[in-house]
Amino acid sequence: MLYRENGQFKTSYAADQQIFPIAQDRWAIVGLLVFAFIGIPLLVDEYLLRAILIPFLILSLAALGVNILVGFCGQITLGAGAFMAVGAYAAYNFHIRIEGLPLLLSLLLGGLTAAAVGIVFGIPSLRVRGLYLAVATLAAQFFTDWVFLRVPWFTDNASSGSVSVSNLQVLGWPIAAPVDKYLFCLGWLTVFALLAKNMTRSAIGRQWMAIRDMDVAAEVIGIRPLFAKLSAFAVSSFFVGTAGALWGFIHLASWEPAAFSVDRSFQLLFMVIIGGLGSIMGSFFGAAFIVILPIALNQFLPAIGGLFGITISTAGISHAELIIFGALIIFFLIKEPHGIARLWSTGKEKLRLWPFPH
Amino acid sequence: MSRQIGEVILDLKNVSLSFGGVKALTDISFDVREHEIRAIIGPNGAGKSSMLNVINGVYRPQQGEIVLRGQHFSKMNPYKAAKAGISRTFQNIALFKGMNVIDNLMTGRNLKIRSNLIQQAFWWGPARREELAHRAKVEEVIDFLEIQHIRKTPVGRLPYGLQKRVDLGRALAMEPSILLLDEPMAGMNVEEKQDMCRFILDVNDQFGTTIVLIEHDMAVVMDISDRVVVLDYGKKIGDGAPDAVRANPEVISAYLGASH
Repeated sequence: MLYRENGQFKTSYAADQQIFPIAQDRWAIVGLLVFAFIGIPLLVDEYLLRAILIPFLILSLAALGVNILVGFCGQITLGAGAFMAVGAYAAYNFHIRIEGLPLLLSLLLGGLTAAAVGIVFGIPSLRVRGLYLAVATLAAQFFTDWVFLRVPWFTDNASSGSVSVSNLQVLGWPIAAPVDKYLFCLGWLTVFALLAKNMTRSAIGRQWMAIRDMDVAAEVIGIRPLFAKLSAFAVSSFFVGTAGALWGFIHLASWEPAAFSVDRSFQLLFMVIIGGLGSIMGSFFGAAFIVILPIALNQFLPAIGGLFGITISTAGISHAELIIFGALIIFFLIKEPHGIARLWSTGKEKLRLWPFPH
Repeated sequence: MSRQIGEVILDLKNVSLSFGGVKALTDISFDVREHEIRAIIGPNGAGKSSMLNVINGVYRPQQGEIVLRGQHFSKMNPYKAAKAGISRTFQNIALFKGMNVIDNLMTGRNLKIRSNLIQQAFWWGPARREELAHRAKVEEVIDFLEIQHIRKTPVGRLPYGLQKRVDLGRALAMEPSILLLDEPMAGMNVEEKQDMCRFILDVNDQFGTTIVLIEHDMAVVMDISDRVVVLDYGKKIGDGAPDAVRANPEVISAYLGASH
């Protein structure tokens, strides 16, 4: 009864086309942002920030990028980890090779480099689709693994391929304490999520979705598949690349190519599938599911076991964690193949009518 | 009717198309005049849809050429065709299933959008203004087709008849000068057919759009079209006013059916 748009009349197309047309949604998102920016830094301890929230924010950004490509443009990719690596190592090279380059610029340049590489590896999408494209993008993964291990120039001649950054700051604001890192990532993600939403609700987003849904009809309408697909690869890789740069610079501070292995690519793909393909919100749900759930299980399983008088060994907990996590993934995919985002929107539709059934 | 049939706007000359050994179209020539409703009829597999696909560049004919407003195209492609003001609907509805009606119609405005990706990402100035202006245009199409009540429904959830109407809407949103309709009334009931006929005639009358139409319902074809081309096994076997075509013995034996 509270969540209903009765009486909210739109008198202009601008009002009808805003991101959250329903007033309650607008208040909810403002509340959420205020809580995230002010509430969480006050309430949450360092461990939670470092181990859960910062990875969640950065992987949400990467998932957002993967969702643009897979969910909105329908091009399956298994190269997300590679583009994260390109973003991270490119940002690193800009950072150490250009004296006094501001951090923000290094990160953005890392993203742009990833976008360029993304376009190159996106070219096969003009010819192949579906699983074959997934295999072609997998090539990006093996290629970058090899390059960053074997070409010493990219890692500033570090023999193991391991690099590190320190003394990061933005306009005199040192990004050192977990709270600063958290706020920096949160601000970054907020801006990028807004950009993603804007793209998906304007002409470029419609081009991507048209190519995804029916490519022949899209061509007939005057959409060029070449531009639509490669722009999706570029934008997606840009997002994923900056996420990689943040992952390296902010989260890890020192890293090696293994941080961006093929596991990461799969993890990101699972995030968007479970979260919801073609949904901005879904990227966040998926990242939350994959990042937070295992840790939450790890924390709560002993407590739950305690309720029934069972003590579980540490090894038992980590096994149980994997079993329950796997079972939940299967459950979600059977129950709602369109992901958590669809569950969410169905829930909202029901809530609008509540307490009436229809 | 107030409309005046004009000069030849689209002229197909000796078009032949084959897929490997299968000859889909053999040496077909016909023209379309401005503002007219031109029907293409023929039995299944006669090459009607291939003909439309040749006109808007989905298929490349091995021989022949297309003359559009005096401009010669030996190699048409879908993008050039769209730029030249040709839009079409599909026999098996080819809507963008994941998008709602407004967004489907907005894709039809794609070629008219000038703002770039960066401006759109920031929802900045020109991008925002364009989005609103095109929305207003799309709403005109929505009003015209009387689909206001479903404007925010994902098209996958709509019944067949309405999907056909949205398909027409998407083509109309391009403000085409030539509209190709591939069996717009297939699978519809009588009421839906009447609605669709009304829309086709209104489009032709109000916007002066030239229409090339494939349809199996002979009553409809004979009623609304100005001239009819008849294809059979990829060959043209008749061309002319509906009455003349109906009287043509070759057409009767191939398609309309004679009483033996």
